[in-house]
Amino acid sequence: MNAAAAPRSHRRPVLDPALAPPFPVAALPVLRNPQLRKNVAHAIDVIQAKRTRLVEEKVDWQALRTAAAAIRAHALENLGAYLELFEARCTAAGGQVHWAGDAAEAREIVLDLLRREKASEVIKIKTMTSAEIQLNPFLESAGIAVFETDLAEIILQLGDDEPSHIVVPALHVNRSQVREIFARRMGIENLSDNPQALTAAARNYLREKFLRVPVAVGGANFLIAETGAVAVVESEGNGRMCLTLPQTLITLAGIEKVLPRYQDLEVMLQVLARSATGERMNPYTSLWTGVSAGDGPGRFHVILLDNGRSRILRRKTERQTLRCIRCAACMNACPVYRQTGGHAYGSVYPGPIGAILTPQLMQLRHAQSLPYASTLCGACYEVCPVKINIPEVLVDLRAQVTDQERRRIKRLFDPMYLALRIAALVFSRAWLFHAAQRLARMGLGPFTRKDGWIHALPSAGAEWTETRDLRGLPAQTFHAWWANRRARPPREGR
Amino acid sequence: MVYYASSWMVLQVLAMRASLFITCYNDTLFPETGRAVVALLERLGVALDFNPQQTCCGQMHANTGFRREAFLLAQRFVRQYQEAEAVVIPSSSCVAMIREQYAPLFEELGDASLRSAFAALLPRVFELSEYLVDELCVEDVGAYFPHRVTYHASCHGLRALALGDRPGRLLARVRGLDLVPLKNLDRCCGFGGTFSVKNGEVSSAMLAEKLRDVMATGAEFCTALDNSCLMHLGGALHRQFAGMKTIHLAEILASTERAPAEACA
Repeated sequence: MNAAAAPRSHRRPVLDPALAPPFPVAALPVLRNPQLRKNVAHAIDVIQAKRTRLVEEKVDWQALRTAAAAIRAHALENLGAYLELFEARCTAAGGQVHWAGDAAEAREIVLDLLRREKASEVIKIKTMTSAEIQLNPFLESAGIAVFETDLAEIILQLGDDEPSHIVVPALHVNRSQVREIFARRMGIENLSDNPQALTAAARNYLREKFLRVPVAVGGANFLIAETGAVAVVESEGNGRMCLTLPQTLITLAGIEKVLPRYQDLEVMLQVLARSATGERMNPYTSLWTGVSAGDGPGRFHVILLDNGRSRILRRKTERQTLRCIRCAACMNACPVYRQTGGHAYGSVYPGPIGAILTPQLMQLRHAQSLPYASTLCGACYEVCPVKINIPEVLVDLRAQVTDQERRRIKRLFDPMYLALRIAALVFSRAWLFHAAQRLARMGLGPFTRKDGWIHALPSAGAEWTETRDLRGLPAQTFHAWWANRRARPPREGR
Repeated sequence: MVYYASSWMVLQVLAMRASLFITCYNDTLFPETGRAVVALLERLGVALDFNPQQTCCGQMHANTGFRREAFLLAQRFVRQYQEAEAVVIPSSSCVAMIREQYAPLFEELGDASLRSAFAALLPRVFELSEYLVDELCVEDVGAYFPHRVTYHASCHGLRALALGDRPGRLLARVRGLDLVPLKNLDRCCGFGGTFSVKNGEVSSAMLAEKLRDVMATGAEFCTALDNSCLMHLGGALHRQFAGMKTIHLAEILASTERAPAEACA
């Protein structure tokens, strides 16, 4: 894979929350990139239209959401018991269960298993959890070649890019860009950009890997406690290839992925496919339990990853975050994501769910700008199939960030912090409020034009007046008008 | 006119009473909205009072993460209005703040007496269009506004309050008014309170997309039940000399032949 270098304008997005710039800064280059914004808006419009149609045809949609939320909430309330049950049943069926406290431990377990297999290559099923623990760069630095097999992940891997969406990771890349990446990295001349030609190129690239590489690493959509089964849903069938052809299969799953019963899939699969891709049923649903002699991989490992999740469970409001089934309906509905795409979030989990999940996984030491990357419009909550009240969690996280800030010296230099503290004082007494109004009118006087509008403000006010005018303060407030009116005969009222 | 006259008389007999809550930014920046609510409700026979001690519902503080400060303002609201027969608020986001965030704030920081006072008050807190349609049971408020108008559904009105077709029903009965539907009605305008300055560029990108839909209506006025969205949209319309104004729905409903809305001046 040592083909020609990528175009010079290309810069690999930073999805490590510890290193990524704050959201408003990371969003800037995207906002100035018409190609990227067009790609994102177009892709989202297509998915949204399909989802809306399929949700509308389901008369019991709200009942399904309620059921799905209840199943997930119940699983989380009893997570320890269900995980132990899963471990017992999976082990009994011939699987091997490993527990990883954090990302580093999970990476070491994977590497150790690969070393034992004497593997120098590995194929992968699309899994956001592996991106969360930054598995690919780690394996590559250990000398193991990693081949993604999901079409979108291939595009990103070959294009030296990062996922911008959790279901459609290459949503920000369009067809002609895919053609360019494939032609350059696969060394195909005269590659057309029609979808058949592009998928044929990917198929040729993949078939050879499927037949050659004996170890696969994948994720899980659900773990079934009752039976010890693992479920993966996908659209392309490349995951199915990874689940059946290799001799060894390693599944990496967050501990929250567990469902109590096999029957729970009835509800979960209905809401997942409709919410994620706007399909009645996803094309491939694979379920396997341990190993079966002569059928599929002979060795099967499950790595159960905590990486901050059990801490999230401790807080009542935040706990609902872990109900997430990674359908991405929230990001497709989000008016902020629509403008910025996923990379601005500086995390493998973008959009509204990323804005609450990432800072929590980071214990709020990083990604502190993400809880503010929302207008709290509520579109995410409205579409969430497991009823995660994302605005509620966002507000709660903002309160935690503010409480951290209260203890820091630099708060005294933050105009927003000071403004809100002063406003709180001002609103605590009517006479202070009225005095502040008079003061504001005097202070804004020099900035107010003859037409009564403010076109430019200094300092933090410029964040508003960069793109919007602001109406100057009218001469008379409402309460002054009211007081005046009461002093006069009522007929002169209005 | 007959319907208006009869409903007016019925309401006179019932002698409805309501307390106005004109929130911080409406009092300071949009006093004409408060004046319009007074004109409208008095015309419909409601006896109004206004507590001059009121300041702010605490939404800005709660949504920015200043929970203690928000709690004190929420407590202030409950203490000031617990005796009110009805509280009418011409701002959907302030009503959403009271309905959605007060209870958890009081749960965390309040005492039992505050919680019970709030529980008793909450069913008597109304957004303006709710008060008109559900409490006064009027849709034709006798308004006259001969202009082409589009309605922007603020996110809080749309989702948190589920105002549904109430604003549309009120606008449909305004004589002379030509209502043009807005495309992508459920999409946020990008204001989001402090979001509009903390994320000024993203906010502006969202606004640009919203303005494309708003301008495509060819309306003279864009109306809503929340001046915060209108301040955002109106600020950009003014910057761009777009030939369209924003106006709070209360001002349209208050407008008559004899006393047209101030925005038309």
